[in-house]
Amino acid sequence: MTQSAPVRKIRRPILRVNWFYLWMLPVALLMMLPIVYTVSFAFKPLEELFLFPPPLLPKRPTTDNFQQLVLATSSMTVPFSRNIYNTVVTSVAVMVGTVAIGSLAAYPLAKYPLWGKNFVFAVVISALMFSPEVTQIPRYLIVNELGMIDTFGALIIPNLALPLGLFLMKQFMEGVPSELLEAARIDGAGEIRIFGQIMMPLTRPAWATLAIFSFIPTWNDYFTPLIFTRSESMKTLTLAMQTIGSGATTVARYGAVFAAAFLVLLPPIVLFIFMQRRVLDTMAYSGIKS
Amino acid sequence: MMDQFQERWRSEGRWQLIGYAFMAPYLLLFLIFVVGPVVSAIYLSFTYFNILEAPRWIGWTNYRSLLVDDEIFLIAIGNTLTFAIVSGPVGFIASFLLAWLLNRMRHRSLYVLAYYTPSIVSAIAAAFVWRIFLSGDRYGTLNNALINIGILDEPIQFLAEQSYIMPAIILVSLWMSLGTGFLVFLAGLQTVPKELYEAGKVDGVPNAWVELVKITLPIMRPQLLFGTVISIVNSFAVFQVAVALVGFPSPLYAGHVIITHLYDYAFVRFEMGYASAIAVLLFAFTFMLGRVSLRVFASDD
Repeated sequence: MTQSAPVRKIRRPILRVNWFYLWMLPVALLMMLPIVYTVSFAFKPLEELFLFPPPLLPKRPTTDNFQQLVLATSSMTVPFSRNIYNTVVTSVAVMVGTVAIGSLAAYPLAKYPLWGKNFVFAVVISALMFSPEVTQIPRYLIVNELGMIDTFGALIIPNLALPLGLFLMKQFMEGVPSELLEAARIDGAGEIRIFGQIMMPLTRPAWATLAIFSFIPTWNDYFTPLIFTRSESMKTLTLAMQTIGSGATTVARYGAVFAAAFLVLLPPIVLFIFMQRRVLDTMAYSGIKS
Repeated sequence: MMDQFQERWRSEGRWQLIGYAFMAPYLLLFLIFVVGPVVSAIYLSFTYFNILEAPRWIGWTNYRSLLVDDEIFLIAIGNTLTFAIVSGPVGFIASFLLAWLLNRMRHRSLYVLAYYTPSIVSAIAAAFVWRIFLSGDRYGTLNNALINIGILDEPIQFLAEQSYIMPAIILVSLWMSLGTGFLVFLAGLQTVPKELYEAGKVDGVPNAWVELVKITLPIMRPQLLFGTVISIVNSFAVFQVAVALVGFPSPLYAGHVIITHLYDYAFVRFEMGYASAIAVLLFAFTFMLGRVSLRVFASDD
Protein backbone atom coordinates (compact mmCIF):
# COMPACT_ATOMS: atom_id res chain seq x y z
CA MET A 1 0.00 0.00 0.00
CA THR A 2 1.57 3.22 -1.14
CA GLN A 3 -0.72 5.76 0.40
CA SER A 4 -2.83 4.83 3.37
CA ALA A 5 -5.50 7.30 4.35
CA PRO A 6 -6.11 7.58 8.07
CA VAL A 7 -8.78 4.99 8.79
CA ARG A 8 -10.99 7.19 10.91
CA LYS A 9 -11.30 9.83 8.23
CA ILE A 10 -13.11 7.57 5.75
CA ARG A 11 -16.47 9.12 5.04
CA ARG A 12 -18.51 9.02 1.91
CA PRO A 13 -18.55 12.37 0.11
CA ILE A 14 -21.73 14.35 0.68
CA LEU A 15 -22.46 14.62 -3.03
CA ARG A 16 -22.60 10.85 -3.48
CA VAL A 17 -24.97 10.50 -0.56
CA ASN A 18 -27.28 13.03 -2.19
CA TRP A 19 -27.24 11.06 -5.41
CA PHE A 20 -28.45 8.06 -3.46
CA TYR A 21 -31.48 9.97 -2.29
CA LEU A 22 -32.33 10.86 -5.88
CA TRP A 23 -31.78 7.35 -7.21
CA MET A 24 -33.99 5.78 -4.64
CA LEU A 25 -36.76 8.28 -5.19
CA PRO A 26 -38.39 6.85 -8.36
CA VAL A 27 -38.69 3.40 -6.81
CA ALA A 28 -40.12 4.86 -3.63
CA LEU A 29 -42.65 6.89 -5.60
CA LEU A 30 -43.66 3.89 -7.69
CA MET A 31 -44.12 1.83 -4.54
CA MET A 32 -46.32 4.50 -2.99
CA LEU A 33 -48.33 5.26 -6.12
CA PRO A 34 -51.10 2.66 -5.62
CA ILE A 35 -51.51 3.72 -2.00
CA VAL A 36 -51.63 7.41 -2.84
CA TYR A 37 -54.22 6.71 -5.54
CA THR A 38 -56.37 4.67 -3.18
CA VAL A 39 -56.35 7.46 -0.63
CA SER A 40 -57.00 10.10 -3.26
CA PHE A 41 -59.88 8.15 -4.84
CA ALA A 42 -61.46 7.85 -1.41
CA PHE A 43 -61.70 11.63 -1.16
CA LYS A 44 -62.58 12.46 -4.76
CA PRO A 45 -66.04 13.78 -5.51
CA LEU A 46 -68.15 11.81 -7.96
CA GLU A 47 -67.34 13.88 -11.04
CA GLU A 48 -63.60 13.51 -10.46
CA LEU A 49 -63.65 9.74 -10.02
CA PHE A 50 -63.91 9.17 -13.75
CA LEU A 51 -61.58 11.88 -15.00
CA PHE A 52 -59.00 10.50 -17.32
CA PRO A 53 -56.12 10.19 -16.90
CA PRO A 54 -56.86 10.09 -13.17
CA PRO A 55 -55.30 13.13 -11.47
CA LEU A 56 -53.10 12.15 -8.56
CA LEU A 57 -54.87 14.38 -6.04
CA PRO A 58 -58.53 15.37 -5.73
CA LYS A 59 -59.27 18.96 -6.72
CA ARG A 60 -62.17 19.29 -4.33
CA PRO A 61 -61.64 16.75 -1.56
CA THR A 62 -64.89 15.50 -0.04
CA THR A 63 -66.13 12.88 2.38
CA ASP A 64 -69.10 12.03 0.13
CA ASN A 65 -67.71 8.58 -0.56
CA PHE A 66 -67.82 7.70 3.11
CA GLN A 67 -71.47 8.71 3.25
CA GLN A 68 -72.02 6.60 0.15
CA LEU A 69 -70.33 3.73 1.92
CA VAL A 70 -72.71 4.01 4.83
CA LEU A 71 -75.64 4.27 2.43
CA ALA A 72 -74.51 1.38 0.26
CA THR A 73 -74.09 -0.89 3.24
CA SER A 74 -77.31 0.16 4.97
CA SER A 75 -79.18 -2.06 2.52
CA MET A 76 -77.12 -5.03 3.66
CA THR A 77 -78.31 -7.08 6.59
CA VAL A 78 -75.64 -5.69 8.90
CA PRO A 79 -74.19 -2.18 8.94
CA PHE A 80 -70.59 -1.64 7.89
CA SER A 81 -69.77 -0.51 11.42
CA ARG A 82 -70.40 -4.10 12.54
CA ASN A 83 -67.68 -5.33 10.14
CA ILE A 84 -65.31 -2.70 11.46
CA TYR A 85 -66.12 -3.74 15.01
CA ASN A 86 -65.46 -7.41 14.19
CA THR A 87 -62.10 -6.65 12.65
CA VAL A 88 -61.04 -4.34 15.47
CA VAL A 89 -62.02 -6.80 18.21
CA THR A 90 -60.34 -9.71 16.43
CA SER A 91 -57.11 -7.88 15.61
CA VAL A 92 -56.70 -6.32 19.05
CA ALA A 93 -57.43 -9.62 20.80
CA VAL A 94 -54.97 -11.51 18.59
CA MET A 95 -52.35 -8.82 19.17
CA VAL A 96 -52.69 -8.81 22.96
CA GLY A 97 -52.95 -12.60 23.15
CA THR A 98 -49.98 -13.25 20.88
CA VAL A 99 -47.73 -10.89 22.79
CA ALA A 100 -48.81 -12.29 26.17
CA ILE A 101 -48.57 -15.97 25.28
CA GLY A 102 -45.47 -15.55 23.13
CA SER A 103 -43.45 -13.65 25.69
CA LEU A 104 -44.52 -15.94 28.55
CA ALA A 105 -43.25 -18.89 26.55
CA ALA A 106 -40.12 -17.15 25.34
CA TYR A 107 -38.87 -16.23 28.81
CA PRO A 108 -38.02 -19.72 30.09
CA LEU A 109 -36.89 -20.75 26.63
CA ALA A 110 -34.35 -17.94 26.63
CA LYS A 111 -33.28 -17.95 30.26
CA TYR A 112 -33.94 -21.25 32.04
CA PRO A 113 -31.82 -24.41 31.99
CA LEU A 114 -34.87 -26.06 30.47
CA TRP A 115 -34.81 -29.71 29.49
CA GLY A 116 -35.84 -30.23 25.91
CA LYS A 117 -35.70 -26.58 25.01
CA ASN A 118 -33.68 -27.18 21.87
CA PHE A 119 -36.32 -29.61 20.72
CA VAL A 120 -39.16 -27.20 21.42
CA PHE A 121 -37.31 -24.43 19.62
CA ALA A 122 -36.51 -26.64 16.63
CA VAL A 123 -40.19 -27.55 16.27
CA VAL A 124 -41.16 -23.89 16.38
CA ILE A 125 -38.54 -23.03 13.74
CA SER A 126 -39.93 -25.77 11.52
CA ALA A 127 -43.35 -24.23 11.94
CA LEU A 128 -41.98 -21.01 10.50
CA MET A 129 -41.55 -22.92 7.28
CA PHE A 130 -45.12 -23.50 6.33
CA SER A 131 -47.94 -21.15 5.75
CA PRO A 132 -51.06 -21.22 7.92
CA GLU A 133 -53.07 -22.00 4.79
CA VAL A 134 -51.64 -25.50 4.80
CA THR A 135 -53.06 -26.37 8.17
CA GLN A 136 -56.38 -24.68 7.54
CA ILE A 137 -58.39 -27.85 6.85
CA PRO A 138 -57.74 -29.75 10.09
CA ARG A 139 -57.84 -26.43 11.88
CA TYR A 140 -61.30 -25.98 10.47
CA LEU A 141 -62.27 -29.45 11.69
CA ILE A 142 -60.91 -28.73 15.17
CA VAL A 143 -62.61 -25.35 15.38
CA ASN A 144 -65.78 -27.00 14.18
CA GLU A 145 -65.45 -29.76 16.77
CA LEU A 146 -64.97 -27.17 19.52
CA GLY A 147 -68.19 -25.50 18.37
CA MET A 148 -66.38 -22.24 17.64
CA ILE A 149 -67.38 -21.74 13.98
CA ASP A 150 -68.85 -18.28 13.46
CA THR A 151 -67.63 -16.93 16.81
CA PHE A 152 -64.83 -14.55 17.74
CA GLY A 153 -63.12 -17.58 19.27
CA ALA A 154 -62.60 -19.07 15.82
CA LEU A 155 -61.04 -15.87 14.50
CA ILE A 156 -58.81 -15.33 17.53
CA ILE A 157 -57.72 -18.48 19.36
CA PRO A 158 -56.18 -20.53 16.52
CA ASN A 159 -53.91 -17.59 15.60
CA LEU A 160 -52.39 -16.97 19.02
CA ALA A 161 -49.55 -19.50 19.01
CA LEU A 162 -47.59 -17.61 16.37
CA PRO A 163 -44.22 -19.29 15.66
CA LEU A 164 -42.71 -15.98 14.57
CA GLY A 165 -43.78 -14.49 17.89
CA LEU A 166 -42.02 -17.02 20.05
CA PHE A 167 -39.00 -16.88 17.78
CA LEU A 168 -38.58 -13.10 17.91
CA MET A 169 -39.23 -12.84 21.65
CA LYS A 170 -36.78 -15.60 22.47
CA GLN A 171 -34.02 -14.11 20.32
CA PHE A 172 -34.52 -10.74 21.94
CA MET A 173 -34.80 -12.00 25.51
CA GLU A 174 -31.50 -13.84 25.19
CA GLY A 175 -29.91 -10.42 24.96
CA VAL A 176 -31.11 -9.41 28.43
CA PRO A 177 -28.19 -9.92 30.86
CA SER A 178 -28.80 -12.89 33.16
CA GLU A 179 -27.06 -11.02 36.02
CA LEU A 180 -30.07 -8.72 36.19
CA LEU A 181 -32.37 -11.68 36.76
CA GLU A 182 -29.99 -13.24 39.29
CA ALA A 183 -29.79 -10.00 41.23
CA ALA A 184 -33.56 -9.79 41.37
CA ARG A 185 -33.76 -13.40 42.55
CA ILE A 186 -31.29 -12.72 45.34
CA ASP A 187 -33.47 -9.78 46.37
CA GLY A 188 -36.29 -12.29 46.67
CA ALA A 189 -38.34 -11.46 43.61
CA GLY A 190 -40.56 -14.26 42.32
CA GLU A 191 -40.37 -15.44 38.71
CA ILE A 192 -43.66 -13.81 37.78
CA ARG A 193 -42.43 -10.50 39.12
CA ILE A 194 -39.11 -10.86 37.32
CA PHE A 195 -40.98 -11.54 34.11
CA GLY A 196 -43.38 -8.64 34.57
CA GLN A 197 -41.02 -6.04 35.99
CA ILE A 198 -37.69 -6.84 34.35
CA MET A 199 -38.20 -8.94 31.25
CA MET A 200 -41.21 -7.18 29.77
CA PRO A 201 -40.00 -3.59 30.21
CA LEU A 202 -36.57 -4.48 28.79
CA THR A 203 -37.99 -6.22 25.73
CA ARG A 204 -40.48 -3.53 24.81
CA PRO A 205 -39.13 -3.11 21.24
CA ALA A 206 -39.57 -6.83 20.65
CA TRP A 207 -43.13 -7.03 21.77
CA ALA A 208 -43.98 -3.80 20.02
CA THR A 209 -42.74 -5.51 16.87
CA LEU A 210 -44.61 -8.66 17.65
CA ALA A 211 -47.73 -6.59 18.26
CA ILE A 212 -47.40 -5.20 14.74
CA PHE A 213 -46.66 -8.56 13.19
CA SER A 214 -49.73 -10.08 14.79
CA PHE A 215 -52.10 -7.13 14.44
CA ILE A 216 -51.45 -6.37 10.77
CA PRO A 217 -51.87 -9.84 9.25
CA THR A 218 -55.00 -10.36 11.32
CA TRP A 219 -56.37 -7.01 10.26
CA ASN A 220 -55.74 -7.89 6.60
CA ASP A 221 -56.61 -11.57 6.82
CA TYR A 222 -59.07 -12.86 4.29
CA PHE A 223 -58.68 -16.63 4.39
CA THR A 224 -59.41 -17.21 8.10
CA PRO A 225 -62.67 -15.23 8.28
CA LEU A 226 -63.69 -16.59 4.89
CA ILE A 227 -63.61 -20.12 6.29
CA PHE A 228 -64.50 -19.62 9.93
CA THR A 229 -67.47 -17.28 9.65
CA ARG A 230 -70.95 -18.01 8.33
CA SER A 231 -73.30 -15.22 9.31
CA GLU A 232 -73.23 -11.68 7.97
CA SER A 233 -72.87 -10.32 11.49
CA MET A 234 -69.49 -12.07 11.97
CA LYS A 235 -67.99 -10.94 8.65
CA THR A 236 -64.82 -8.87 8.91
CA LEU A 237 -63.81 -5.75 6.98
CA THR A 238 -61.94 -7.58 4.24
CA LEU A 239 -64.89 -9.88 3.54
CA ALA A 240 -67.36 -7.00 3.56
CA MET A 241 -65.11 -5.00 1.29
CA GLN A 242 -64.94 -7.86 -1.18
CA THR A 243 -68.77 -7.96 -1.18
CA ILE A 244 -69.08 -4.20 -1.72
CA GLY A 245 -66.40 -4.34 -4.40
CA SER A 246 -68.02 -7.13 -6.37
CA GLY A 247 -71.26 -5.15 -6.41
CA ALA A 248 -69.52 -1.97 -7.52
CA THR A 249 -71.54 -1.62 -10.67
CA THR A 250 -73.20 1.68 -9.91
CA VAL A 251 -71.21 4.88 -10.06
CA ALA A 252 -71.82 5.78 -6.42
CA ARG A 253 -70.57 2.39 -5.26
CA TYR A 254 -67.30 3.01 -7.02
CA GLY A 255 -66.42 5.81 -4.61
CA ALA A 256 -67.70 3.80 -1.66
CA VAL A 257 -65.30 0.98 -2.48
CA PHE A 258 -62.34 3.31 -2.20
CA ALA A 259 -63.68 4.81 1.00
CA ALA A 260 -63.77 1.28 2.40
CA ALA A 261 -60.32 0.50 1.05
CA PHE A 262 -59.00 3.64 2.72
CA LEU A 263 -60.41 2.54 6.08
CA VAL A 264 -58.75 -0.85 5.69
CA LEU A 265 -55.37 0.56 4.62
CA LEU A 266 -55.04 3.22 7.26
CA PRO A 267 -54.55 1.44 10.63
CA PRO A 268 -51.59 -0.77 9.61
CA ILE A 269 -49.77 2.18 8.06
CA VAL A 270 -50.33 4.46 11.06
CA LEU A 271 -49.22 1.70 13.40
CA PHE A 272 -46.03 1.15 11.44
CA ILE A 273 -45.19 4.84 11.34
CA PHE A 274 -45.25 4.95 15.12
CA MET A 275 -43.31 1.72 15.58
CA GLN A 276 -40.74 1.92 12.79
CA ARG A 277 -37.74 2.47 15.06
CA ARG A 278 -38.61 -0.40 17.39
CA VAL A 279 -39.41 -2.77 14.57
CA LEU A 280 -36.00 -2.20 13.01
CA ASP A 281 -34.27 -2.66 16.37
CA THR A 282 -35.98 -5.97 16.87
CA MET A 283 -35.56 -7.30 13.38
CA ALA A 284 -31.82 -7.12 13.90
CA TYR A 285 -32.33 -10.18 16.09
CA SER A 286 -34.35 -12.03 13.49
CA GLY A 287 -31.55 -14.07 11.94
CA ILE A 288 -31.86 -17.84 12.06
CA LYS A 289 -28.64 -19.54 13.09
CA SER A 290 -28.59 -23.01 11.62
CA MET B 1 -19.56 -21.60 46.35
CA MET B 2 -20.04 -25.34 46.51
CA ASP B 3 -23.29 -24.95 48.46
CA GLN B 4 -24.64 -22.57 45.88
CA PHE B 5 -23.81 -25.02 43.14
CA GLN B 6 -25.52 -27.93 44.90
CA GLU B 7 -28.48 -25.73 45.66
CA ARG B 8 -28.80 -24.99 41.97
CA TRP B 9 -28.39 -28.60 41.06
CA ARG B 10 -31.13 -29.67 43.40
CA SER B 11 -33.47 -26.98 42.20
CA GLU B 12 -33.11 -27.67 38.48
CA GLY B 13 -36.39 -29.56 38.71
CA ARG B 14 -37.99 -26.38 39.93
CA TRP B 15 -36.97 -24.60 36.69
CA GLN B 16 -38.66 -27.27 34.64
CA LEU B 17 -41.86 -26.80 36.60
CA ILE B 18 -41.92 -23.01 36.40
CA GLY B 19 -40.57 -22.98 32.87
CA TYR B 20 -43.15 -25.32 31.44
CA ALA B 21 -45.87 -23.51 33.40
CA PHE B 22 -44.84 -20.30 31.62
CA MET B 23 -44.87 -22.11 28.29
CA ALA B 24 -48.10 -24.01 28.90
CA PRO B 25 -50.54 -21.63 27.16
CA TYR B 26 -48.35 -21.36 24.09
CA LEU B 27 -47.54 -25.05 23.91
CA LEU B 28 -51.17 -26.02 24.38
CA LEU B 29 -52.39 -23.75 21.57
CA PHE B 30 -49.41 -24.70 19.42
CA LEU B 31 -50.21 -28.39 19.82
CA ILE B 32 -53.91 -27.93 19.11
CA PHE B 33 -53.74 -25.48 16.24
CA VAL B 34 -50.36 -26.07 14.61
CA VAL B 35 -48.93 -29.52 15.35
CA GLY B 36 -52.32 -31.24 15.55
CA PRO B 37 -53.47 -29.94 12.17
CA VAL B 38 -50.24 -30.96 10.45
CA VAL B 39 -50.43 -34.49 11.85
CA SER B 40 -54.11 -34.86 11.06
CA ALA B 41 -53.70 -33.43 7.58
CA ILE B 42 -51.20 -36.21 6.90
CA TYR B 43 -53.70 -38.79 8.18
CA LEU B 44 -56.68 -37.29 6.32
CA SER B 45 -54.74 -37.19 3.07
CA PHE B 46 -54.96 -40.98 2.98
CA THR B 47 -58.73 -41.01 3.46
CA TYR B 48 -61.93 -40.13 1.72
CA PHE B 49 -63.56 -37.57 3.98
CA ASN B 50 -66.54 -35.34 3.30
CA ILE B 51 -67.10 -34.11 6.90
CA LEU B 52 -70.54 -35.76 7.10
CA GLU B 53 -69.29 -39.35 7.24
CA ALA B 54 -66.29 -40.63 9.15
CA PRO B 55 -63.04 -40.63 7.16
CA ARG B 56 -62.52 -43.82 5.16
CA TRP B 57 -58.96 -45.08 4.53
CA ILE B 58 -58.16 -45.20 0.82
CA GLY B 59 -54.36 -45.32 0.84
CA TRP B 60 -52.51 -43.42 -1.86
CA THR B 61 -55.59 -42.84 -4.02
CA ASN B 62 -55.76 -39.10 -3.36
CA TYR B 63 -52.14 -38.60 -4.25
CA ARG B 64 -52.47 -40.73 -7.36
CA SER B 65 -55.52 -38.80 -8.57
CA LEU B 66 -53.86 -35.50 -7.78
CA LEU B 67 -50.65 -36.17 -9.64
CA VAL B 68 -52.01 -38.28 -12.48
CA ASP B 69 -55.64 -37.42 -13.18
CA ASP B 70 -56.19 -33.92 -11.94
CA GLU B 71 -55.24 -31.71 -14.85
CA ILE B 72 -56.35 -28.59 -13.05
CA PHE B 73 -53.99 -29.37 -10.19
CA LEU B 74 -51.17 -29.61 -12.69
CA ILE B 75 -52.16 -26.16 -13.94
CA ALA B 76 -52.15 -24.93 -10.35
CA ILE B 77 -48.67 -26.38 -9.77
CA GLY B 78 -47.42 -24.83 -12.99
CA ASN B 79 -48.80 -21.42 -12.06
CA THR B 80 -47.49 -21.60 -8.52
CA LEU B 81 -44.03 -22.64 -9.70
CA THR B 82 -43.96 -19.88 -12.30
CA PHE B 83 -44.94 -17.49 -9.58
CA ALA B 84 -42.41 -18.78 -7.07
CA ILE B 85 -39.51 -19.00 -9.50
CA VAL B 86 -40.00 -15.43 -10.65
CA SER B 87 -41.23 -13.64 -7.56
CA GLY B 88 -39.03 -15.51 -5.04
CA PRO B 89 -35.58 -14.63 -6.40
CA VAL B 90 -36.60 -11.28 -7.88
CA GLY B 91 -38.23 -10.24 -4.62
CA PHE B 92 -35.29 -11.50 -2.59
CA ILE B 93 -32.65 -9.72 -4.64
CA ALA B 94 -34.68 -6.54 -5.03
CA SER B 95 -35.38 -6.27 -1.34
CA PHE B 96 -31.74 -6.93 -0.49
CA LEU B 97 -30.53 -4.29 -2.93
CA LEU B 98 -33.02 -1.75 -1.61
CA ALA B 99 -31.96 -2.46 1.95
CA TRP B 100 -28.28 -2.32 1.03
CA LEU B 101 -28.65 1.01 -0.74
CA LEU B 102 -30.84 2.46 2.00
CA ASN B 103 -28.37 1.38 4.64
CA ARG B 104 -25.89 3.85 3.16
CA MET B 105 -28.26 6.76 3.67
CA ARG B 106 -28.62 8.66 6.89
CA HIS B 107 -32.17 10.00 6.64
CA ARG B 108 -34.05 7.01 5.48
CA SER B 109 -37.24 6.72 7.54
CA LEU B 110 -39.46 8.03 4.76
CA TYR B 111 -37.89 5.63 2.29
CA VAL B 112 -38.31 2.72 4.67
CA LEU B 113 -41.94 3.68 5.00
CA ALA B 114 -42.41 3.92 1.23
CA TYR B 115 -40.89 0.51 0.52
CA TYR B 116 -42.51 -1.25 3.43
CA THR B 117 -46.02 0.19 3.30
CA PRO B 118 -47.24 -1.95 0.38
CA SER B 119 -46.49 -5.11 2.34
CA ILE B 120 -48.65 -4.14 5.27
CA VAL B 121 -51.76 -3.24 3.34
CA SER B 122 -54.64 -5.56 2.66
CA ALA B 123 -54.39 -7.38 -0.67
CA ILE B 124 -58.12 -7.03 -1.11
CA ALA B 125 -58.03 -3.26 -0.57
CA ALA B 126 -55.00 -2.72 -2.76
CA ALA B 127 -56.49 -4.81 -5.56
CA PHE B 128 -59.15 -2.19 -6.27
CA VAL B 129 -56.65 0.37 -7.43
CA TRP B 130 -54.56 -2.24 -9.24
CA ARG B 131 -57.64 -3.30 -11.15
CA ILE B 132 -57.92 0.28 -12.40
CA PHE B 133 -54.22 0.41 -13.30
CA LEU B 134 -54.43 -2.89 -15.17
CA SER B 135 -57.96 -2.49 -16.50
CA GLY B 136 -58.45 -4.01 -19.94
CA ASP B 137 -59.94 -1.01 -21.74
CA ARG B 138 -58.33 2.16 -23.00
CA TYR B 139 -58.97 3.78 -19.65
CA GLY B 140 -56.79 1.30 -17.83
CA THR B 141 -53.85 3.37 -16.66
CA LEU B 142 -51.18 1.02 -17.97
CA ASN B 143 -52.94 0.39 -21.27
CA ASN B 144 -53.42 4.08 -21.80
CA ALA B 145 -49.81 4.87 -21.09
CA LEU B 146 -48.59 2.11 -23.43
CA ILE B 147 -50.95 3.26 -26.20
CA ASN B 148 -49.91 6.89 -25.78
CA ILE B 149 -46.23 6.17 -26.15
CA GLY B 150 -47.00 4.00 -29.13
CA ILE B 151 -46.03 0.56 -27.81
CA LEU B 152 -49.58 -0.76 -28.15
CA ASP B 153 -52.32 -0.21 -30.68
CA GLU B 154 -55.04 -2.08 -28.87
CA PRO B 155 -55.52 -2.35 -25.09
CA ILE B 156 -54.48 -5.67 -23.52
CA GLN B 157 -56.83 -7.55 -21.21
CA PHE B 158 -54.22 -7.85 -18.46
CA LEU B 159 -56.62 -9.41 -15.98
CA ALA B 160 -58.62 -11.57 -18.35
CA GLU B 161 -56.28 -12.79 -21.04
CA GLN B 162 -54.66 -16.07 -20.13
CA SER B 163 -51.05 -15.19 -20.82
CA TYR B 164 -51.15 -11.93 -18.87
CA ILE B 165 -52.87 -13.11 -15.70
CA MET B 166 -49.84 -14.68 -14.00
CA PRO B 167 -47.54 -11.75 -14.84
CA ALA B 168 -50.15 -9.40 -13.38
CA ILE B 169 -50.37 -11.46 -10.20
CA ILE B 170 -46.57 -11.57 -9.97
CA LEU B 171 -46.31 -7.82 -10.45
CA VAL B 172 -48.78 -7.00 -7.70
CA SER B 173 -47.31 -9.61 -5.36
CA LEU B 174 -43.82 -8.26 -5.86
CA TRP B 175 -45.12 -4.83 -5.02
CA MET B 176 -46.76 -6.23 -1.90
CA SER B 177 -43.99 -8.45 -0.62
CA LEU B 178 -40.73 -6.59 -1.06
CA GLY B 179 -41.18 -5.12 2.38
CA THR B 180 -40.81 -7.99 4.80
CA GLY B 181 -37.50 -9.28 3.51
CA PHE B 182 -36.39 -5.70 3.04
CA LEU B 183 -37.02 -4.95 6.71
CA VAL B 184 -35.15 -8.05 7.87
CA PHE B 185 -32.19 -7.24 5.65
CA LEU B 186 -32.10 -3.60 6.64
CA ALA B 187 -32.06 -4.56 10.30
CA GLY B 188 -29.41 -7.21 9.59
CA LEU B 189 -27.18 -4.72 7.82
CA GLN B 190 -27.18 -2.62 10.94
CA THR B 191 -25.76 -5.50 12.95
CA VAL B 192 -22.61 -5.79 10.82
CA PRO B 193 -19.84 -4.34 13.03
CA LYS B 194 -18.41 -1.10 11.59
CA GLU B 195 -14.88 -2.20 12.51
CA LEU B 196 -15.10 -4.96 9.90
CA TYR B 197 -15.60 -2.41 7.14
CA GLU B 198 -12.74 -0.34 8.46
CA ALA B 199 -10.53 -3.40 8.65
CA GLY B 200 -11.59 -4.17 5.08
CA LYS B 201 -10.53 -0.71 3.97
CA VAL B 202 -7.15 -1.24 5.55
CA ASP B 203 -6.80 -4.62 3.84
CA GLY B 204 -7.48 -2.88 0.54
CA VAL B 205 -11.03 -3.84 -0.37
CA PRO B 206 -11.24 -2.14 -3.78
CA ASN B 207 -14.95 -1.28 -4.03
CA ALA B 208 -18.39 -1.59 -2.49
CA TRP B 209 -19.11 -4.74 -4.49
CA VAL B 210 -16.21 -6.67 -3.04
CA GLU B 211 -17.06 -5.31 0.38
CA LEU B 212 -20.59 -6.65 -0.03
CA VAL B 213 -19.52 -10.12 -1.11
CA LYS B 214 -16.56 -10.56 1.24
CA ILE B 215 -17.75 -8.85 4.39
CA THR B 216 -21.45 -8.08 4.46
CA LEU B 217 -23.04 -11.21 3.02
CA PRO B 218 -21.19 -13.75 5.21
CA ILE B 219 -22.09 -11.83 8.37
CA MET B 220 -25.69 -11.54 7.33
CA ARG B 221 -26.22 -15.23 6.71
CA PRO B 222 -28.78 -15.63 9.52
CA GLN B 223 -30.90 -12.77 8.17
CA LEU B 224 -30.53 -14.01 4.61
CA LEU B 225 -31.79 -17.37 5.79
CA PHE B 226 -34.75 -15.80 7.53
CA GLY B 227 -35.53 -13.79 4.40
CA THR B 228 -35.29 -16.90 2.24
CA VAL B 229 -37.64 -18.87 4.46
CA ILE B 230 -40.16 -16.03 4.42
CA SER B 231 -40.00 -15.69 0.68
CA ILE B 232 -40.36 -19.44 0.08
CA VAL B 233 -43.36 -19.67 2.36
CA ASN B 234 -45.00 -16.61 0.83
CA SER B 235 -44.35 -17.70 -2.74
CA PHE B 236 -46.03 -21.04 -2.31
CA ALA B 237 -48.89 -19.63 -0.31
CA VAL B 238 -49.91 -17.12 -2.97
CA PHE B 239 -53.68 -16.86 -2.83
CA GLN B 240 -55.10 -13.57 -1.64
CA VAL B 241 -53.59 -11.49 -4.42
CA ALA B 242 -54.68 -13.97 -7.06
CA VAL B 243 -58.27 -14.08 -5.84
CA ALA B 244 -58.46 -10.33 -5.31
CA LEU B 245 -57.11 -9.54 -8.78
CA VAL B 246 -58.64 -12.10 -11.11
CA GLY B 247 -61.34 -13.70 -8.98
CA PHE B 248 -62.13 -17.33 -8.27
CA PRO B 249 -62.34 -19.33 -10.43
CA SER B 250 -60.08 -17.34 -12.73
CA PRO B 251 -60.52 -17.24 -16.52
CA LEU B 252 -59.38 -20.60 -17.95
CA TYR B 253 -57.69 -21.29 -14.58
CA ALA B 254 -54.92 -18.93 -15.62
CA GLY B 255 -54.66 -17.56 -12.08
CA HIS B 256 -55.30 -20.91 -10.40
CA VAL B 257 -52.66 -21.66 -7.74
CA ILE B 258 -52.15 -24.51 -5.28
CA ILE B 259 -53.95 -22.80 -2.42
CA THR B 260 -56.88 -21.90 -4.69
CA HIS B 261 -57.15 -25.57 -5.60
CA LEU B 262 -56.99 -26.51 -1.94
CA TYR B 263 -59.67 -23.99 -1.09
CA ASP B 264 -61.85 -25.23 -3.92
CA TYR B 265 -61.75 -28.87 -2.79
CA ALA B 266 -61.85 -28.19 0.94
CA PHE B 267 -64.43 -25.48 1.32
CA VAL B 268 -66.45 -25.52 -1.88
CA ARG B 269 -66.66 -29.26 -2.61
CA PHE B 270 -65.94 -30.44 0.95
CA GLU B 271 -63.62 -33.20 -0.21
CA MET B 272 -61.39 -32.81 2.81
CA GLY B 273 -59.26 -35.92 2.23
CA TYR B 274 -58.34 -34.83 -1.25
CA ALA B 275 -57.71 -31.27 -0.12
CA SER B 276 -55.50 -32.55 2.70
CA ALA B 277 -53.36 -34.36 0.18
CA ILE B 278 -52.85 -31.03 -1.59
CA ALA B 279 -51.91 -29.43 1.73
CA VAL B 280 -49.45 -32.20 2.57
CA LEU B 281 -47.74 -31.98 -0.82
CA LEU B 282 -47.41 -28.23 -0.44
CA PHE B 283 -46.18 -28.59 3.11
CA ALA B 284 -43.62 -31.24 2.21
CA PHE B 285 -42.37 -29.13 -0.64
CA THR B 286 -41.90 -25.89 1.29
CA PHE B 287 -40.40 -27.78 4.20
CA MET B 288 -37.90 -29.43 1.90
CA LEU B 289 -36.95 -26.08 0.38
CA GLY B 290 -36.64 -24.71 3.91
CA ARG B 291 -34.20 -27.47 4.84
CA VAL B 292 -32.20 -26.84 1.70
CA SER B 293 -31.92 -23.16 2.56
CA LEU B 294 -30.81 -24.09 6.08
CA ARG B 295 -27.98 -26.04 4.45
CA VAL B 296 -27.08 -23.30 2.02
CA PHE B 297 -26.90 -20.64 4.68
CA ALA B 298 -25.48 -22.85 7.41
CA SER B 299 -23.23 -20.73 9.57
CA ASP B 300 -20.02 -22.23 10.82
CA ASP B 301 -20.49 -21.45 14.50
